[in-house]
Amino acid sequence: MSFISRGFRGKRRDTASSSRLPPGQYVVNDFPVLSAGPTPRVSLSEWTFVVEGEIDEPKKWTWDEFRKLPAEEVTKDIHCVTKWTKLDTLWKGVSVDTILDGVETAAEFVMAFSYGGYTTNLPLEDLTGGKAWVAYEFDGQPLHPEHGGPARLLVPHLYFWKSAKWVRGLRLVKEDQPGFWESNGYNMYGDPWREQRYWGD
Amino acid sequence: MARTAVLGRLEWQLGSVAELVQETPRVASLLLDMPEWPGHLAGQHVDVRLTADDGYQAERSYSIASAPEDRRLAITVERLDDGEVSPYLVGEVRKGDKVELRGPIGGYFVWRGGDNRPLLLVAGGSGVVPLMAMIRHRSAIKSTTPTRLLYSSRSEEDIIYRAELEALSTAGDGLTVAHGLTRKQPPGWRGYARRIDRPMLEEVAWPKEQNPIFFVCGPTPLVEAVAGHLVDMGFEAPSIKTERFGPTGG
Repeated sequence: MSFISRGFRGKRRDTASSSRLPPGQYVVNDFPVLSAGPTPRVSLSEWTFVVEGEIDEPKKWTWDEFRKLPAEEVTKDIHCVTKWTKLDTLWKGVSVDTILDGVETAAEFVMAFSYGGYTTNLPLEDLTGGKAWVAYEFDGQPLHPEHGGPARLLVPHLYFWKSAKWVRGLRLVKEDQPGFWESNGYNMYGDPWREQRYWGD
Repeated sequence: MARTAVLGRLEWQLGSVAELVQETPRVASLLLDMPEWPGHLAGQHVDVRLTADDGYQAERSYSIASAPEDRRLAITVERLDDGEVSPYLVGEVRKGDKVELRGPIGGYFVWRGGDNRPLLLVAGGSGVVPLMAMIRHRSAIKSTTPTRLLYSSRSEEDIIYRAELEALSTAGDGLTVAHGLTRKQPPGWRGYARRIDRPMLEEVAWPKEQNPIFFVCGPTPLVEAVAGHLVDMGFEAPSIKTERFGPTGG
């Protein structure tokens, strides 16, 4: 250890949760909100979810259609790049495996896009295989607009900015392009366990 | 400048505390000598990392308060009683101590100057910090961009940068400051005496034809309310940039 902050002891955490805490993170019990602009207002009667891009027939669901898709309940730890981690968060939503069921694509990447214009890029393989959902309930309640409702992407193994709030669709693409935060200094991939917060991490 | 500076990895750097300024009973500014600072844009933040003697580390993000032109890098920190890093930075740190940080971070909530779209800056509590960097930058580059700061604090003693804001807003270069106090007002208080609401925003907002830019920073309820009112008033969402200071952040 090359540098020590004189007089700093810190709050020690219990070992049970520390093994679930990526480097540089700390546990919160509330659910902080982060977004770059006003919360978009999306009425359920107008809400749709689409899969487009490198796909023969784009797929599209209305809210009622989407809610009829088989849903899963998952409990996951989530890690925000601003340092907070929230353990054991309970979500309900549709697995991206279900959304992409039967889709043939040459794409290796995805640009998730949202109401309000937000975008974030991910490798396709990080969205499939039981790793990602489009979630519309948090803690047994409809997802609050501040936290991304009506529905948000949930990709808990990556920093939480990849879990696009107010998600409107997935664009399947061949080339990895930076999304919103990825164009503003944040990492293209965002693995919390490798502390990939920013460009070059 | 900062855009190219962050293309490589942001390395941890040691800054030296050159000066401590007690801004309010709970808030202090740390003025740091940074030998290898790459420069920053007004509105960006840094990550601070503290290391205990057994290797235990804690990291938090803090907004930069200084203008890019300032000789020293300043961060302004509010002490949170149940926090982990802020009670160290506000209370334990002394002049001459070293602090490890990396940055600058964030390329969206920034004001570069150079265009003349009027600015409305809306702050709650320590949310004023990145907005102060913009105000200081504006002054340093001798900008006359019409700028209003609407700044909500709990009480008079909680107003951060009060004297400097007073001086800058009487310089006659187009900056005005409107204060609001939500909990307690001194006798004869002439500012607002309530939380920020729509009538207040209608009083201070620039006309739509002037194509203003908004920067809103504070606790989530304030940011949500203000951004929502501005949308209701007909301003375009992309012109409204937000940043939040929640109860967490330690």
